[in-house]
Amino acid sequence: MMIEATTKPAAAPAADGQPFLLIQDLVKEFDGARAVDSVSVTINKGEIFALLGSSGCGKSTLLRMLGGFEIPTSGKIVLGGVDLASVPPYQRPINMMFQSYALFPHLSVWDNVAFGLRRDSMPKDQIAERVEKMLNLVQLKNYARRKPHQLSGGQQQRVALARSLAKRPQLLLLDEPLGALDKKLREQTQLELVNIIEQVGVTCVMVTHDQEEAMTMASRIAVMSEGKILQIGKPGDIYETPNCRFVADFIGSVNLFNGKVTVDEPDHVVITSPECRHYVGHGISGTIGMAISVGIRPEKIAISPVAPPGDPATQVNCVYGELVDWAYLGSTTVYHLKLASGALVKAAVPNRQRHAQYQPQFKDIVYASWSQDDIIVLPF
Amino acid sequence: MKKFLIHMLTLRWLSGRHIVIGIPYGWLLLVFLVPFLIVFRISVADVQSAADPFGSLLSYVDGVATLKIKLANYLFIAQDSLYALTYLSSLKYAVVTTLLCLLIGYPFAYFMARARPTIRTTLLMLVMLPFWTSFLLRIYAWKGILASNGLLNNLLLWLGVIETPLALLHTPFSLVIGMVYAYLPFMILPLYANLVKMDVRFLEAAADLGSTPWKTFWLVTVPLSKSGIIAGSMLVLIPCVGEFVIPELLGGPETLMIGRVLWDEFFSNNDWPMASAVTVIMILLILLPMAIFNKYQNKQQGGGA
Repeated sequence: MMIEATTKPAAAPAADGQPFLLIQDLVKEFDGARAVDSVSVTINKGEIFALLGSSGCGKSTLLRMLGGFEIPTSGKIVLGGVDLASVPPYQRPINMMFQSYALFPHLSVWDNVAFGLRRDSMPKDQIAERVEKMLNLVQLKNYARRKPHQLSGGQQQRVALARSLAKRPQLLLLDEPLGALDKKLREQTQLELVNIIEQVGVTCVMVTHDQEEAMTMASRIAVMSEGKILQIGKPGDIYETPNCRFVADFIGSVNLFNGKVTVDEPDHVVITSPECRHYVGHGISGTIGMAISVGIRPEKIAISPVAPPGDPATQVNCVYGELVDWAYLGSTTVYHLKLASGALVKAAVPNRQRHAQYQPQFKDIVYASWSQDDIIVLPF
Repeated sequence: MKKFLIHMLTLRWLSGRHIVIGIPYGWLLLVFLVPFLIVFRISVADVQSAADPFGSLLSYVDGVATLKIKLANYLFIAQDSLYALTYLSSLKYAVVTTLLCLLIGYPFAYFMARARPTIRTTLLMLVMLPFWTSFLLRIYAWKGILASNGLLNNLLLWLGVIETPLALLHTPFSLVIGMVYAYLPFMILPLYANLVKMDVRFLEAAADLGSTPWKTFWLVTVPLSKSGIIAGSMLVLIPCVGEFVIPELLGGPETLMIGRVLWDEFFSNNDWPMASAVTVIMILLILLPMAIFNKYQNKQQGGGA
C-alpha cells in the first residue's frame, strides 16, 4: 500500500510487552446493529487515552463496556492480566466519572466521596483520612458539608473526580468529563484535570467529542467512526499524518483534492488534480494513474496577491481563486478562495501584526501556495 | 362598561396570576375550611331536640348577649377511655394498612418503573382498572371471597389444607385485607411516578463505586424515592383513619374504628355536637402527620434553594 510510509503503527507497544489494558476484537450489537465493531486497542499504564468521535460512533458504548454497564457481544477486555468478562461493575477495579457526574443528590460532598470507600468496609478513620485527601486534591475542603445542588458546575465536576479517584482505581474512565461546563471554564479545567490525574498516576480512558479536549488532555487518541477505530496515535501524529480522509476532515479542517498519480520518479511523485499539480517528495511511491487524495491544512497555506515566480504551466503546489469570504478570528483570519473549478480552498493566515500590509479584499484574485512537505497523501 | 372591565383586569388583584392562584385557594376555603368551621361550631353547641339538633351559640336576653361554648363533649371524649382506644385502634389499623401497602406497593411500583416503556402503560392500566368498578361492589366481593362458605374457604377445603371453614370474615384480618386492597393503588401511583423519573445513572454510579445491587437499592433507590414513599403513605394513612365502609362490611366486633363511633353518635344517638367533637379530634389527629409531612417537604425544598 503506497501510503504506508506516512502512517504510524496502530498502537505503541507496551514497555514490558504485557499491555496494561487489552481490548481485543470487542463487539457490541444492539438489536443486530453494531455499535462497536471489532475494536482492538492496547493501553499502557499511566496513559491518558482518548476515544474521540462524533455522537453515535460507539465511543460511549466502548467506555460502558469497560465499566461493566454493557456486556460485550464478543471479544475480550483484559486489565492487568485479568479477564473482566465475568466481573460485575461493582467488583471491577475501575471507576468512572459519569457524564454530568451522577452525584448522589441526597448525600453531601463528603458522603459522595466516601460512598465507594464505605462499600469496601474500610475502617472509619481511614475513610475520613482518604476523603480529606481527595477533597484537598480537588480543592473542595471547605465544601464537604454541601449537597451537590449547592455547588457550581465546575465544583460538581471536581467532586465527581474526587469520588471516582477515592478508591484508587487501576483504571479511571471519563465520560465527556468537561461536557457540562462552558467553554472558558472547560479550557481552564482541561489542564487542571490532567495535572490531578498525573499526580495520582492513574491510567485513564476518556471519551469526548471535542477534539481540542482530546488533544489537550490525552497522550494518545483513537478516532472512532461507526463503531470502528480508524486511527490511533499521538495528537500531533493524528493531526499531521491522518491515515484517511475521515480522520483528516474530523480533526481540524483540511482542503482535499482528488487526483491521479501522473509522475512517479524515485525521488518524487506528481499527483494531478483538476485544480493543481501536487509535487510530493516524501517517501511515497505508486503506480501511474492511481486515484488518490491530497490534503492541505488551511494554516499551512500562504496567500499572496501575485503568482509565484516561474512558468505557470509547470507550477506545482499552488492555486489561485477569487476571495469569496473571510472570517477574522482574532489569532488567525480564514480566507475562502473559489477556484476556477468551483472548489473552495480555505487558508488560515496568522495575524502576526496588528495591521498587516497585505489585506486581500472581496473578489480579489488571490494565490495560495504551500510547501510539498505539508501535503498529506490519503487513500482515495 | 368595557372600559370598566379593562380597568378591573389591569388592577393588581385581578391579574391572571392572582386568579390562577385564587381559584384553588377559594375552593379549599369553600369546601374544606368553611365545613370544618361549621362542624367545629356544632361541636361546642348544646343538644336541643331531634328537630333542632344543635342550638345557637349566641343568645340575647334582656339586653345581655351571651356566647355559650360548651366544652363538655371534648371533656367527655378525654375522660371516656372508649374514645381514646377507638382513636388508637383506628390509627393502628391505618398504620398496619399503610405499611402493608408500602411493602406490596414498593416492589410493584419499582418493577413497573423499570419495565419496558411499552409494557409500562399496560401495567399502569392494570393498577387503575379496579377503579372502573364501584368501590362498594369490590368490598362486597371480598365478603364473598372470605365468608365461611366463600371462595377461599371452599378452595382450602377442596385442597384439603383445612377441615373446617376458617372464620375469616369480620376479623382484623379481613378488615386489613379489604383496606390494603382498596388503598394499594394510592400507594403505587405516587411511588411509580417517583421511581420512573429516577435517573439510572445514579444506580450505575453506585455499582461503579462497588455497591452491590441490594446495597444500591437501600442506599440510593430508597432515599431518592423518599418523597414518593411519604406521599403514598399519606394518601393511604389519612383516609384509612376515618374509614367507615370497609370496617362496616369486613370488620367485626373487635375492629372498633372511629368512623363507626362517629356514625353511632350521629344516627343512633342523634347527638350532633358529640359527633362533631369526635370529628374535630379525628381531623386534628390526621392533620398532625400532614403538618409533619409539610414541614419535612419544606425543609427539603429549603435545602434545595
